[in-house]
This record gives sequence, C-alpha cells and structure tokens, in this order.
Amino acid sequence: MTERGTSHAISVTVNGERVSRVVSARQLLVHFLRDTLGLTGTHIGCDTGNCGACTVVVDGKLVKSCMLLAPQADGGTVETVESLAADGQLSDLQRAFNEHHALQCGYCTPGMLMSATYLLRQNPDPSADDVRRAIRGNVCRCTGYVNIVEAIRSAGSAGKATLATGSAEEV
Amino acid sequence: MTITSSPATDRATRAWSGRSIPRKEDARLVKGQGSFVDDGGLQGQGYAWFVRSPHAHARILSIDCAPALAMEGVYALLTGEEARRQCETPFFAIAPPPGSLMGEWPLAVGKVRYQGDAVAVVLADSRETARDAAERVVVEYEPLPAVVDTVAAADPATPLLYEEAGTNVVWQGVFDYGDVDWALENADHVVKIERLHFHRFTSAPLECNGAVVDYDLGTGVVNVMSNYQMPMFAAMVIGPTIGVPINKFNFVSKDIGGAFGIKIGFFAQIAALALLSKKAGRAVKWTEYRTEHMLTAGHGNERTFLDIEVPVMSDGTILGVKVRAFDDAGGYLHYEPLGAVIWSQVVPGCYKLKHVRVDYTEVVTNKCPTVPNRGYSRMQHLWMIERIIDVVAKELRLDPVEVRKTNYVQPEDYPYRTPNDCVYDSGDLPRSLDIALELAHAEKWRARQRELGTGSGRRIGIGIGSTLDSGTNNFGQSRIINPALPFSGNGEAAIVKLDLFGEVNVNIGTTPQGQGHETTAAQVTADILGVSPDMVTVSTGFNQANNSYVGFSGTYASQFAVSGLGAVMGAAEKLRRQIVKLAMYALQAPEEDIEVSDGFARVRGDESRAIPFIGLANMVYANNAGLPAELLSEVDLNARHVYVPPFQVPDPVTKTGNLTLTYASQVHVCVVEVDEDTGEVSLLEYAAVDDCGKRINPMIVEGQVHGATGLGIAAALYESLDYDESGQLQQPSFYEYHAATALDIPHLDCGSIESPSPFTPNGAKGMGEGGGAPLHAVCSAIQDAVGAGGPVVADSHNHWARVYELLHRDPAASRGVEVSSRKGSPSVATN
Repeated sequence: MTERGTSHAISVTVNGERVSRVVSARQLLVHFLRDTLGLTGTHIGCDTGNCGACTVVVDGKLVKSCMLLAPQADGGTVETVESLAADGQLSDLQRAFNEHHALQCGYCTPGMLMSATYLLRQNPDPSADDVRRAIRGNVCRCTGYVNIVEAIRSAGSAGKATLATGSAEEV
Repeated sequence: MTITSSPATDRATRAWSGRSIPRKEDARLVKGQGSFVDDGGLQGQGYAWFVRSPHAHARILSIDCAPALAMEGVYALLTGEEARRQCETPFFAIAPPPGSLMGEWPLAVGKVRYQGDAVAVVLADSRETARDAAERVVVEYEPLPAVVDTVAAADPATPLLYEEAGTNVVWQGVFDYGDVDWALENADHVVKIERLHFHRFTSAPLECNGAVVDYDLGTGVVNVMSNYQMPMFAAMVIGPTIGVPINKFNFVSKDIGGAFGIKIGFFAQIAALALLSKKAGRAVKWTEYRTEHMLTAGHGNERTFLDIEVPVMSDGTILGVKVRAFDDAGGYLHYEPLGAVIWSQVVPGCYKLKHVRVDYTEVVTNKCPTVPNRGYSRMQHLWMIERIIDVVAKELRLDPVEVRKTNYVQPEDYPYRTPNDCVYDSGDLPRSLDIALELAHAEKWRARQRELGTGSGRRIGIGIGSTLDSGTNNFGQSRIINPALPFSGNGEAAIVKLDLFGEVNVNIGTTPQGQGHETTAAQVTADILGVSPDMVTVSTGFNQANNSYVGFSGTYASQFAVSGLGAVMGAAEKLRRQIVKLAMYALQAPEEDIEVSDGFARVRGDESRAIPFIGLANMVYANNAGLPAELLSEVDLNARHVYVPPFQVPDPVTKTGNLTLTYASQVHVCVVEVDEDTGEVSLLEYAAVDDCGKRINPMIVEGQVHGATGLGIAAALYESLDYDESGQLQQPSFYEYHAATALDIPHLDCGSIESPSPFTPNGAKGMGEGGGAPLHAVCSAIQDAVGAGGPVVADSHNHWARVYELLHRDPAASRGVEVSSRKGSPSVATN
C-alpha cells in the first residue's frame, strides 16, 4: 500500500489485540483487515455495501467493513470471523453451520456468522422470521438460505434445548 | 459400465457412501481460513486494473497512455493493439464460419462491442494506483449504433458487430425430429403462442473472478492461480493465442466462492494478464470488482421463442412442437455457440413429444457475452416446454397436473430414447409430481383459491415446474455445431495415493465451488480402502502439477457424482489392488485371505498377521531393497484413473446421438399470492422433489437443490439484466441487481426419490445445476393466478409491474395465444 495522499496513524483493537498502523486516508476498513493485517477471513463480494460478505462487529455494532474507512475505526474495537474460534474450538454457531450444511462455497460464511453472532447476542432465541430479518443484509448465492436459518436457530437457546428432538423446523 | 458386483463397492454401499456426513471443507471455511484467490499473492506482484469502454458499440480512434504511465507507481500498460501484436491467432473458435470470423483477442482491437469491453490494462504497485491510472488512460471513441434486440440482430439491415463476418448470425440450424408438419395437420387442436422470452440473468457468484498470473520468464511457465472453473479449457483456448503450450501452463485453484458456470467466462482476462506479466516482468494480481463482474464477467443466455405451434389431441396428448428460437450470445463468443446444441440434450423435456422442429438462430449483440449459467441452455428450452404444457392445459380447459401425467415419460419407459436419440436413464416423474403436490398442500390451496373468489383483491396461484438436469456431457455434440471440431466423449481424472507414512491422499481434476467434493470423494475412497473419511485427505481444488486432469476437467455440467467420483473410485480400486498385492508378499498369504480395513492389510481370521498402511508405504518408498522386481513394477501406491463415460460420436447430419449420460429430474410446486392492486407476488409455499439416482451424501444433494431453487426463484421474481436501447446495462451493481436475500426466498420443503442410473459406476446422476424448475413453477403459479381467459405469461421474469400488466391487460388486446381446432374434433370453449 503506497502512501501518496494523506495518511493516518491509527490504533485499533482487533480480535482482542491492539494494533497500530499508518494507513492511507482512503483505505477501507475491509482492506485494512485483509491486506494490512492479513485477516483474510473477512471477504468482499460487492462494491455497494449490499452483500454483507465483509460484515464485522465494530464497537459492539454490526458493520459492513467496506462501508467504513480504516481511519474511522481508530480507537475502536473490531471483531472478525477469526475471533469466533479463538481458542481453536468452534463456537456453537460455527458447529451448527457444519452440522446443518449451512455453507457451500463458504464465501459468505464469515459475514453470515458475524451477523448471526450479533443476532444471538441481542436475541438468544430468535424465530425463523427474526433470523431472516437479521441476515437480510448478507447475500448467499449457494444455499437458498434454508439451512442457514436452521443452523442459526439451532444455535439459539431454544434450538439447543430441542436439539435432541430433531432439526429446528422452520415455522 | 456398472461395477456394483465388485466386493469393494458392496462394502461401500454399507458404509460411508449414502450417508449425510458433515463436510470436511467446513472446518476451515467457518473459521475464515479458506484460501480464496484474493487471499493470496506473490512476491513483487503488481495490481492490474482494466480500462473499460463506457460505450456498447464504438470504434476506438486513439488511446493515450502517457498520463497514466507518468504516474508514480505505474509499472506497465498494455493496449489491445499491443496485445494483438504479441498474439499468433484469435482465441480458438467453436463455431464454423460465419461465427468463426467473429474473432476475439485478449483485449478489444479496433472496436468495442459491449459496455465494459476491455481496451487496455494497467499494472501498478497498489490496487488504488492502478485504478487511478486506469482513469487517466484517455480513449477516444466514435460511437456506433448499438444492437440490443436479439431478433432484430439477425436482420441483414441491422448494423454489424463484426464487419468481417458480414452478419450478426453466429450459427443457424434446424433440429427436425419426427414429422411435425404431419402432427400439425392431424392434431385435433393446434395451440399457437406468439412469443415467449427467457430473460437474461446471472447466478452472480458472491466471489468475483480473480487471478494471480506470473509469466516466469526464466522457464516460460505461466502460473495461473485463479478461481477459473474449467482450467484446461482455458489453456486450450488461450494457449495457441499467446503462444504457450499446455505443459507451460500451471493452473491452480483453491477455494472458489461460487461459480455456477459464470467462471468459465474469463479466459480472455487471463490471457491479457499473462501478456501483462510478461511485459512487466513481474506477477500480476487482478481482483474483479462487483460492478465489473456484472458488466463483463458473463450473463446467462437470453432466448426468444417465436411462432410456437403445438399439435394436441383432445385427450391432452401433445404430439410435439414447432418453434423458432433466437439466442443472444452478446458481444463475443465466450463458450457459444455451444448453447445452440446443449439444449438438445432435453428436446422433449420431461414428455413423450415425438415431433419437434426447432429452427435455432444464435446472434451477437452489443451486450455482455453470455457464458454457461447454472442450467445452461437446457433451462431456456425446458421453460418453453413447460410453458407449452400449461398454456395447452389452460386453453383446452384441461388440468395441468393431468396433462403432465398424460404426457410424462412413464417409469416403465426407461431407458427412454428421445426423438434425437438421447437416452433418459431412469426416473419416476408422476410419483415425483404427486409428492411435490402433497408437500405443497396443493389441494388445500386449491380450495383456498376458490374461497377467495373475486373482489378480495388477492389471488392464489398454484404452479408446477418439471425439468431435467442432464449431466455428464458428450462433447461430441459440439460437432453438431461444427463437424470439424476434434472433440467427443468426456472424462475426469483422479489420483489416489498412499503417501510416505501411509496417509491416503486424493487429487482430482475438479474445481469445486461449494459442492463438497472433498467430502464425497473421501466417502467413496473410505469405502473402497476400508478407512474412515477422516483418514482421507482430498487436496483442495485443482493443481495442474498434480497431473490429475484430462481435457475437460473441471466442475460444470452436473457431472461430479458420475465422472469425478467415477475417477476417484477407479483410482481407489487400483490402489486397493496394489495394497492387496503388496500385503500378499508381506504377509505371505493368498489374495483371497487378504482384507483391507481400518488402515491395515490383514490375513482374515489371524489377528497376528497384519501390516499397517505405514508399513506398506515404507516397503515401497523407503525400504525397497530386495523386493521382487515384478512386485515393484506393479506396485507404486500411486494410482491414477481416468473415468470415461460410454459415448459414441453423434451424427452431425441428423443431429442425433446420446448427448448426455444421466438425467436427474426436478418436479417443483409453488403456491403464490398475487396482489391485484400492486402486482406483488408472495410465495406462500414451495416444494421441490428431486431425483438424482443414488445419493452419495443426501445432505449435500439437498443443499444443491436448495441452492438451485433459491437462484431460480430469484431469477423468476427479482433478478434480471436489462439493456436500454443504447446498450447500457440497467443493473450494473448489487444496488440495481437485486440479489435475493433471506427475506425473498421462502422455506423450501424438499422431497426426493432415488431412481438409480443404470449407466453410471455408482448409480448416481449429476444434479448440481437443477433444470430451472423454479423459473417455471413461479411462472406457472402466476399464470394460474391470472386465470383462464387471461393473457399468456410470456416472460420468465415477472417482477410486480409485469404481473400488474398481466392482471389488468385490456381484454381487447392480444392474449398471446390462439387455438385452431380440426373439423370434427371436440370443440374448445374460449373466451
């Protein structure tokens, strides 16, 4: 990344680790994560903020990281998909995606997982409609969303409780 | 072909194959540890950015590169003319003349032929510098009239895209089977439909195209790390153009973020990047952005059907169809005109139509080139056939369910020979339809539809789509387009190896994009080698250096379960035979006493006589002194197998032959509610019943059904690519192109039946593409809501405005259909 325009020195806490870098004023947060920090789990699927592949959590809020400049995250806290299995163990949600076949090509998955993680923080027991509304900003081209909805519901508290009785049928 | 009698496969059926085991791929993908093309790069690489035309059709008068080259950080720039001077010939043409005269070079030369056509490519030290520099390339254009209407493009009075070809018609041919004139004369009724139109859309993989290309000046090897889905096709097409032999390419792919056929389209970019890398003396990285993708990566085929005539008997038996089809290839021939024959894999659709004449014309227009798009070329035709079934039922006051059941190929008819000598392998369409109707609660909704009546402002519609997903192509069908082509048959390669410490490794020539090849290949290998799938490593993606490829390797055309797994199974069987041979020597036991299980070769019934895979591997790789020469000549623990389906070369004169090995079926039922005041369509219920023979992993199969259904519904209601009269794309980004969200796609109820294919090594059929059943199921439900006496739903895309028009069309205006009945045949009430 060459610096020909204004540059900014920024400090951001990413997945619990404080990092300081000098970045170009025009650098998008998603490029900061991917190119500068090498956190390539966060993906890019569009150039208009529609697809959600780049979804991360910034200061506790769900954010599309292509819609924020890196300097705007200065002083903030960013959580990416790489934080979900930080100790090497998959989260309940990640396991549910595997068990329910909620991913195919896996390209939307990191953003989808971040939206779902955020949803379950706000609403531990979402209905199918809640889930569909919560992921409406995350485009998946492979799954028709069916198994994604089931996986997220099953990772919710009610889903976990009924896990023994079978799949979380959408109602 | 069947090898179901082998003991290894019997074991397979009992063990891992057929089970919905969770995917091996997921562990890395849910952690964000997938390896997609933009995640990687090479030392010293530059970043490429294409300079693209804002005009749909224009002459290039001049290109001034100086302002861009003057920028700090710009490494190199390549224009179309300069690229052409380095090329030996245009890209390989599939078409005979005149299509073959519509040549394409790595970048546009002399003219641009669609909005987004690439005229130059810039290389710089960052993505941002390259983008800025591309904007400073000054191109002077002389705009020309844009050709956007498919049918008008064929008119000799229309301006030409390629003056050197003298026509916009790429290819024209008549497919004539049975005697449709006789059928039209002798039918009780002839239903005539003016026009049907299958719209342009794209499956739009979420990951755009991308490549890191390094032209190694020392060795002459062109390393292509990309997400291209049919690598050896790209090598064959661009190699002769840029002067690179096949063995000097090294195509590699890892994780691919969806492809759906679209990622067959960007070989021209790879060629341009190779020349740019050669010029700059460094690796180049190109990551397509979404708007660039929508404008240039490739769209699905748009097809217009005119003058459709359908001979029908009074009992609802449909004798055939006569139609003129106009297909729109866009500005360059990126895989076309193969689509002009691919559709004929499914000439009669799901039905026993005997008399079919299709007069097929393919044209170039000033639009984005078309490329294979999930359901490639068959779904357009199948949608037209399904429209015919519904319109016949509607006009003759017959039940569309009964018309389908009357005309379907029946379970006892298989293997069923179609009028053009394709062989439908197996299936049970009537039962599939019954299951789908039940899953969608069709009876309940039919009652609800009657209850609603008029005046409620809302209407219920129930629709059916029944289609086929023909899988494992016979490339010999290309000779129906161009008899001079040296192609026929198909194949896939795999290597199954016992590695140094006894690990089981599988390499395949496929380029999975979410289909779970690592899992299903591990399942079939595990069964044959007597291990668990956890003990089988399937290399991610494609690597030319593995030597596990043939000419048509890749992932496309619904074939992995047959050709990919056929190759893996063949290689695993070979490896197993080697293991047994080695164990016979090591354990001093006869062949019939050796069993291979749990990572050991054992003497059956004698616990003390066993050798682990690591021991066998050690004998061959690192401890082979004294082993009999004969044994070493037969056993290298590195088994390669090429699966070749049993095909003959089709007859290009009669346009007949077996064009595809398997036919998976999809019968979908959809229930919609239509708002009369707004034309808005809501999906109330959706059921999909698919039959793809034996399922190696039913969960993965169902996932593919979900995906194909989701994209089909999206295309039917939300996703369309339209050009204005000047050739400007109206949906160049995800703002305008409404990629369907979780709020747009309803819950899907899936059913399945398994009619094993008698022609494949494992009874499976390819099924990933689906046949486009949702496109018709939705259309059909809207038609049902429009009601008897209403206009024909004539377009495959029905957004609210179009539905509103259908509901409120002036009764005096054309309905798009008329029926003529033979004297003496039972009369039909018409409105």
